[in-house]
Amino acid sequence: MTTTSGRTNTPATQYKVVGTRPIRHDGADKVTGRARYGLDFNVVGLLHGKILRSPHVHARIKSIDTSAAEKLPGVKAVVTARDFPANPKGQPIDFAEAGADVRVLAENIMAGRVVLYQGHAVAAVAATNEHIAEEALGLIKVEYEVLPALLDVRESMKPDAPLIHEKLTTFFTKDRQGRGENTGVKSNIATHLQFKRGDLATGFKEAHVVVEREFTTSMVHQGYIEPYVSTGQWGKDGRITVWTSTQNPFGIRASTAAILGVPESTVKVVSMEIGGGFGGKQPAYLDPVAAMLSKKSGRPVKIVMTRKEVFDSTGPASGSYLRCKIGATKDGRITAAELYLAYEAGAFPGSPIAGGAMSSFGPYKVENMMVEGYDVVVNKPKVQAYRAPGQPQTNFAVESVVDELAQKLGIDPLEFRIKNATDEGDLMPSGMVFPPMGLKQLEEAMKNHDHYKTPLTGPNRGRGIAVGYRFNGGGVSSATINVNDDGTVALVTGSVDIGGTRTSVAMQAAEVLGLRAEDVTPTVVDTDSIGWTGTTAGSRVTFDTGLAAITTAEEVKRLMIARAAKIWEVPPAEVAFKDGVFTSLKNPNDKLTFKQLAARLRATGGPVTASAINGSTGVGPIFAGNIIDVEVDPETGKVQILRCTAFMDAGKAVHPSYVEGQLQGGTAQGIGWALNEEYFLTKEGGMANSTFLDYRMPTALDLPLIDTVLIEVPNPRHPFGLRGVGEVPIVPPPAALANAIARATGARLTKLPMKPGTIWEAVEAHKAATKTKK
Amino acid sequence: MQAFEYVSAKSVGEAVGVLSQHGEGARLMAGGTDVLVQLRAGRRPQVKVLVDVKGIGELNELSYNDRQGLIIGAAVPCYRIYEDPTVIKRYPGIVDSASIIGSVQIQGRASLGGNICNATPSADGIPPLIALGAVCIIAGPNNSRRELPLEQLFAGPGRTTLQNGEMLISVRVPPPPANSGAQYLRFTPRNEMDIAVAGVGAAITLNAAKNTFVSGRVVLAAVAPIPLLVPAAGQALAGKPVNDETIGKAAEAAVAAAVPITDMRGTIEYRKHLVGVLTRRALQGAIQRAKGV
Ligand SMILES: Cc1cc2nc3c(=O)[nH]c(=O)nc-3n(C[C@H](O)[C@H](O)[C@H](O)COP(=O)(O)OP(=O)(O)OC[C@H]3O[C@@H](n4cnc5c(N)ncnc54)[C@H](O)[C@@H]3O)c2cc1C
Repeated sequence: MTTTSGRTNTPATQYKVVGTRPIRHDGADKVTGRARYGLDFNVVGLLHGKILRSPHVHARIKSIDTSAAEKLPGVKAVVTARDFPANPKGQPIDFAEAGADVRVLAENIMAGRVVLYQGHAVAAVAATNEHIAEEALGLIKVEYEVLPALLDVRESMKPDAPLIHEKLTTFFTKDRQGRGENTGVKSNIATHLQFKRGDLATGFKEAHVVVEREFTTSMVHQGYIEPYVSTGQWGKDGRITVWTSTQNPFGIRASTAAILGVPESTVKVVSMEIGGGFGGKQPAYLDPVAAMLSKKSGRPVKIVMTRKEVFDSTGPASGSYLRCKIGATKDGRITAAELYLAYEAGAFPGSPIAGGAMSSFGPYKVENMMVEGYDVVVNKPKVQAYRAPGQPQTNFAVESVVDELAQKLGIDPLEFRIKNATDEGDLMPSGMVFPPMGLKQLEEAMKNHDHYKTPLTGPNRGRGIAVGYRFNGGGVSSATINVNDDGTVALVTGSVDIGGTRTSVAMQAAEVLGLRAEDVTPTVVDTDSIGWTGTTAGSRVTFDTGLAAITTAEEVKRLMIARAAKIWEVPPAEVAFKDGVFTSLKNPNDKLTFKQLAARLRATGGPVTASAINGSTGVGPIFAGNIIDVEVDPETGKVQILRCTAFMDAGKAVHPSYVEGQLQGGTAQGIGWALNEEYFLTKEGGMANSTFLDYRMPTALDLPLIDTVLIEVPNPRHPFGLRGVGEVPIVPPPAALANAIARATGARLTKLPMKPGTIWEAVEAHKAATKTKK
Repeated sequence: MQAFEYVSAKSVGEAVGVLSQHGEGARLMAGGTDVLVQLRAGRRPQVKVLVDVKGIGELNELSYNDRQGLIIGAAVPCYRIYEDPTVIKRYPGIVDSASIIGSVQIQGRASLGGNICNATPSADGIPPLIALGAVCIIAGPNNSRRELPLEQLFAGPGRTTLQNGEMLISVRVPPPPANSGAQYLRFTPRNEMDIAVAGVGAAITLNAAKNTFVSGRVVLAAVAPIPLLVPAAGQALAGKPVNDETIGKAAEAAVAAAVPITDMRGTIEYRKHLVGVLTRRALQGAIQRAKGV
């Protein structure tokens, strides 16, 4: 997968560092194997932990007998839910999109009275090696009483469905902040959300063509390559340290402390290098368990998940049921749009229906609109964030219906979108007003691209397009900068580096200080060594931690100016700083480069060091689009992607190679979600395909060259104009592929994944239907 | 992972000896790409001794002569097979399967002997060998040897008809007749690292004019409890003209013989349908090869 990058709308370069492509600071560590991941962590006396998990999707735990396991030589500790505080309390915990309360987290990591999904933890063992720990698991006797399972959102929503949680009642909200009222109605529906404006009936009456379809999507997993791994050490002094693979060290600190019932300040989280997360590596599944095993055994304990555990027991993305109806006039103006979405939350509430609802009709001006969402518990693992949480599902529905509408009206699908496109000042589905954004520019770039202008010919071939929208993330980040004697600076943050953010953040500090990217040494530190910092998710690190670095660099600049002023005995206001050089306004011959001044700091009052947080926030609306050409083998239903171009408005690409990487990576994951990935369930309801052999993520041989085009419409909420680029690329591929397949075969696929067998069936059904019509 | 003893056998006699002594408790290992995965997953709890057969000379033989045909030692890894000039020239149907098993890394270790003895219905290595008339050379206790047509080796999913103390030494594939050709095709959703939803191996011999089938063998993967030879498909070909109608008849016979199950890899209907598509395509490919085009 190589890239040939096209760029449009790039303003004349006004920056020295931002927009260039320096070598990443952590590159040598990663290519030489010096970087330390969670699995690499080792200490003297380390024990190995393993977790016993439920084979049933829903069952009452009648008894757990751990005595035989405890007696096995080499076993040093066994824990069950009884070892954890009964009623954990604590602050709501920052998980960006997937909020959760502490009791839910505690129940999810160690089941007490019931198991709610296959793979739900029931006990854990620490032993001198993992083979003994594994053997010990086999000696734990758990008696279960199997309960009826609910595996489908629509089944679970039925008024007479058995209740998964006896006390769960439906919360009704019309508010984008999630405010609303508890209806008091007992149900498996945790939340019912409604965004409404105008009048649907009037809107649909005005339409000349209306398309309505139902869609379903399967539960999918982020598929990060590195499994969850954590080492916990509970010191005799009561201080707890965990070395873990996470996107969210401060969230892990809060949850671990709350679940263990200890003050947050006694827990230190050291985030190791991370092998992928995509939103899924935010909760503390292993950390509190490793710490509890450590407390009981008096030794540090490491737990590593197997791939099966990752699939069965961590948080995938919701499967969904959707219904979308859109009407338009003959000349292609949308008059009304309606969307119904019901998402699997898994065993506990918390699916991203708000994300799905807020982005749904974002790219379209709609006066008469209704979006209705349901968060529904089912006996599957509790879902977690996955890159633009909740949005690929609604986009699949909306963009499929839009495409069919354009087809029925005989209008070019891109023209149709351009005609109805939202812009600054229009309303988002949530009712908020759009700030400046680049949707129109993106759609124009798609229209003018060689790919769109080159006709696609040949049998069984089709071209599909789709446009996706991701609303803003946000949150707080901290940064510290220390100026070194040699004129370089050390930049310290608490943001786990997933997408090359050490460099993209360092580049922003360098820009402010007139330094080269190489002059900034970025380090990611533990939770005791930096101010509170939000999770590495929600497309926020380059934006928010970048802002924190800019604010800190501004403070460093102020302190350096003050020092130059002191040396020259002038007021600070009379010192200028430009292109890395300090100059006295009074006596322009008094000049010091950043480097020269740095060398004099210690002798003139001590080193310069500064810390700050990002003041404002607001990643800004961000749009991405795909043009995808496919060829479908009509006899087998297999899709071959012939050409794929991915577009995104990056605001400003700080490090264009990384932005292109995000665009390609997100597109690749979107293609996997679209074509083959799914939780395939056994009759009992557990995941049947919990290996990478049968959970079919695309390999390099399944992906096309993904050409990238970056559009740059600056975001006014950031000094360099950035938007958050990490998530939106995954949004449009499923719909773009469905639209391409529809144009290649005549059959509309309304079910993800669009695997070969499903496409073959749809093509056969379409053939049969056209025959009877004739 | 369970603890086990590891024995590196240096002769057939030594390996057979360990097998006879331990019965179910011993298991042979060639490339280990099946057996080690199974041990790790706890799917062979009875295994106490693993006998590595890669050190036995006879099992590493890969040779050809016009009288006997091709000898493939049971431990010869796939890459040696598909890189061998004679195999490439005379047995492209075997190259088809040896070069799609797993990935380059897997092919560096995986053997056709292991593929055969693991005996999964979806094994890619088996159908083209059966189609080409391969015969197993089997060793047993007391220096005994016997031969068995490959299609008779399979007893069910994961089970062979090998007796206690027996092991596979090699397979022998007869020299290809004049005007013959073979092809193996499988269908997988992904382009590599995948297990066949259905697979078809076809081998045919044409008359000198290359317009009539003299004989043909069609073997199916992943649509029955064992790799399935379909005699009716061969009968549909023998003596019939080379055309779409004949090919269609053979494909119908293959579809009729297939008894797949519905699972995560595909439904019964889809798999039966694929058998028809793949049989037609594999026969066409085999004909092209027989015609030397
Ligand atoms: C990632 C991956 C991808 C794969 N992809 C494919 C694929 O695409 N297609 C496919 O068909 N398979 C695939 N496999 C399965 C496997 O690689 C093949 O079946 C391979 O050919 C097995 O050969 P081996 O030498 O590794 O067998 P081993 O694991 O060494 O042995 C397999 C079995 O045969 C027995 N055995 C070995 N030698 C003898 C002998 N001489 N006599 C009697 N019994 C013997 C062993 O005891 C064991 O039960 C894949 C495996 C992996 C791990």
